[in-house]
Amino acid sequence: MSRPPARGPGIRGRCPPAAWARWGLAVALGLGALGGGLAAGPAPVAAGAAPSGGDAAARVTDEQVTAVASRLRCVVCQNLSVADSPSEMARQMRDLIRERLAAGESAGQVTDYFVQRYGEWVLLSPPARGLNLVLWIAPAAAVLAGLAVVARLTRGRRAPASAGAPAPAIGPVERARIAAELERLRE
Amino acid sequence: MTLRPRWLIPLAALPVVGLLAYGFRADPRAIPSPLVGRPASAFAVRTFDGRTVTLDSLRGQVVVLNFWASWCYPACYEEAPALEAGWRRYRERGVTVLGVAIQDDAAASRGFIERFGLSFPNAPDPGGKLSIEYGVYGVPESFVIDRRGRIRTKHVGAVTDEVFRTAVEPLLAEAPG
Repeated sequence: MSRPPARGPGIRGRCPPAAWARWGLAVALGLGALGGGLAAGPAPVAAGAAPSGGDAAARVTDEQVTAVASRLRCVVCQNLSVADSPSEMARQMRDLIRERLAAGESAGQVTDYFVQRYGEWVLLSPPARGLNLVLWIAPAAAVLAGLAVVARLTRGRRAPASAGAPAPAIGPVERARIAAELERLRE
Repeated sequence: MTLRPRWLIPLAALPVVGLLAYGFRADPRAIPSPLVGRPASAFAVRTFDGRTVTLDSLRGQVVVLNFWASWCYPACYEEAPALEAGWRRYRERGVTVLGVAIQDDAAASRGFIERFGLSFPNAPDPGGKLSIEYGVYGVPESFVIDRRGRIRTKHVGAVTDEVFRTAVEPLLAEAPG
């Protein structure tokens, strides 16, 4: 297995450790893994992995691994979970998740392991506490504020129509003009 | 209904513009490592030349733990000479440079080591265990571990002479243990 010998510079000259050369194959594997997970069949993720836990690792289902991996952000890609990413690093992380689950850790403990090393950043949904609460509350608050503004604007617009006096009566001059206009239209 | 001052609307947009201005100027990849200031995780690696290196055996030294890959061009190619030079300059004073090649083909790693004539210990990272243990995002990333085994700096990007001067040298004056 060979790697691309040289790559273009990444952001700030860094190279995310993803095997882009095998992107197509990896995407296929990733899709296969998703499909396999949905169909509850054997997933290629497990085929590529070499769980060192033996029987214990085999008892950990792909669903259990995916449950943890889908909550973790793939660290080398933008906005993909560890479950969805075809990158090598995400694969290694899935293997590690499987291994730690097999060793008897709970899903929460495995997640904490990653948080301790990568920070809360690694969680796709930030925990709803502390300053993070702003993230959770702000969208709902913005929608409520928007609704309040809309309600106020529409009420203000409707008010004169509904509460206003009936339209002023038409005088004889207007009546004569309407008649004349209608007459002209008929011709 | 009272007429609101017209400037209220642009005023309301100010916080949003401010937030965007901050957000777009910040580097989304510059994520502070929670490991800085914490004791470095113990590890044992087997180097490409067959030696076993443990972090415990390096206690009392300042350790530059560098994660790299032969496919990481150009940053890892830029820093390799600086790492070798730093290792040669500081090793007598108690600095160890330890390279870890992540997600790399062993033959390609060896070729990289040979190409730059790296004389400090270098080891592969089977399964990515060590890089995940250290919360590595990409390569190159380096950790400076002090004499008491604490992570003091995480350097993202190519290591330069400047990094040795500012992040490594000051730690040499500290007492071990």
